[in-house]
Amino acid sequence: MEAVSVPPFERFYEENRNAVFGHLVRLLGRERAEDAFQETFLRALRGYARLQHGRHLKAWVFTIATRVAVDDARKRRAESPVAREPVHEEERPAYAQLEHLADELPEKERAAVVLRYGYDLPYDQIADALHSSEEAARQAASSGVRRLRRRLT
Amino acid sequence: MTVVPETLDQRFRDAAAASGLLDVSYDVADTPVGPLLVAVTDAGLCRISFDADRDREAEALARGFGARVLRAPRPLDRVKRQLEEYFEGSRREFDLPVDLRGRSEFSRIVLEQLARVPYGEVTTYGSLAARTGRPKAARAVGTIMNRNPIPIVLPCHRVVGSTGSLVGYGGGLERKRLLLDLEEAPV
Repeated sequence: MEAVSVPPFERFYEENRNAVFGHLVRLLGRERAEDAFQETFLRALRGYARLQHGRHLKAWVFTIATRVAVDDARKRRAESPVAREPVHEEERPAYAQLEHLADELPEKERAAVVLRYGYDLPYDQIADALHSSEEAARQAASSGVRRLRRRLT
Repeated sequence: MTVVPETLDQRFRDAAAASGLLDVSYDVADTPVGPLLVAVTDAGLCRISFDADRDREAEALARGFGARVLRAPRPLDRVKRQLEEYFEGSRREFDLPVDLRGRSEFSRIVLEQLARVPYGEVTTYGSLAARTGRPKAARAVGTIMNRNPIPIVLPCHRVVGSTGSLVGYGGGLERKRLLLDLEEAPV
């Protein structure tokens, strides 16, 4: 495969910051997204020197952002188990509804289901994140959903 | 599409600089000789460029010092302040460590000699060569001046031809003229 060199961090940041911020806003809401944004790119900066090539950088930073969002959600649950405000079902982010349901799926199907129906990512980006083809991502998502349906009905 | 708010962008750039994880921080300074891209590493000032193409400069900095190159204004405060004072005429010497990593040994020796040419004076390529102990290397010295990574602070504008003509300048002859006029140099 052709060598793709790691671009200057500035370019990587410029190219991905708006999409990553949008992703975090969708997952966490505007206010919490701001802290998560900073944490995401600081983590990326920490890992950047170890990158061997410049491929899949978008999927890489989306994975970091998703992990930061999940960590943030976990921390908040741990910090205020009682005082948590009741959340109306329709205000819960979509991924939260899928998270526990998808737990029992095989890893690839779970990732595809959560990214597609929870995060609303298009299949080409899911394929990037899973290092697979677009068709394989589509199949993983639909067989994951079939499996869930069988389990739930 | 969601756009990152300006304040959040600034906050991240400050945090990145404070984290100590950057190989290079850079910013753009507005000066009477046009916008200058200025860059520092942990070791010191590593670049002053007249080139307005930031992408190209960032690429070059990444090749020379590592890929974690980010526009982060805070670490450049000292450099920008001294440049401002220089252009106002209130500073005659720069007090800034420089990072000449990646340059050949001869280049470094020449650039160190160059740094000693005083404000408002000029020297010639031949005499600078002589000061490095290689009096016949005037042409090589000319090449090193042309590729000087830190013009103005390493004052290659103070080096002229043996007949007193300005000869050349990486940033263009009109800038060399302007810098020499600012210093009231006798050429």
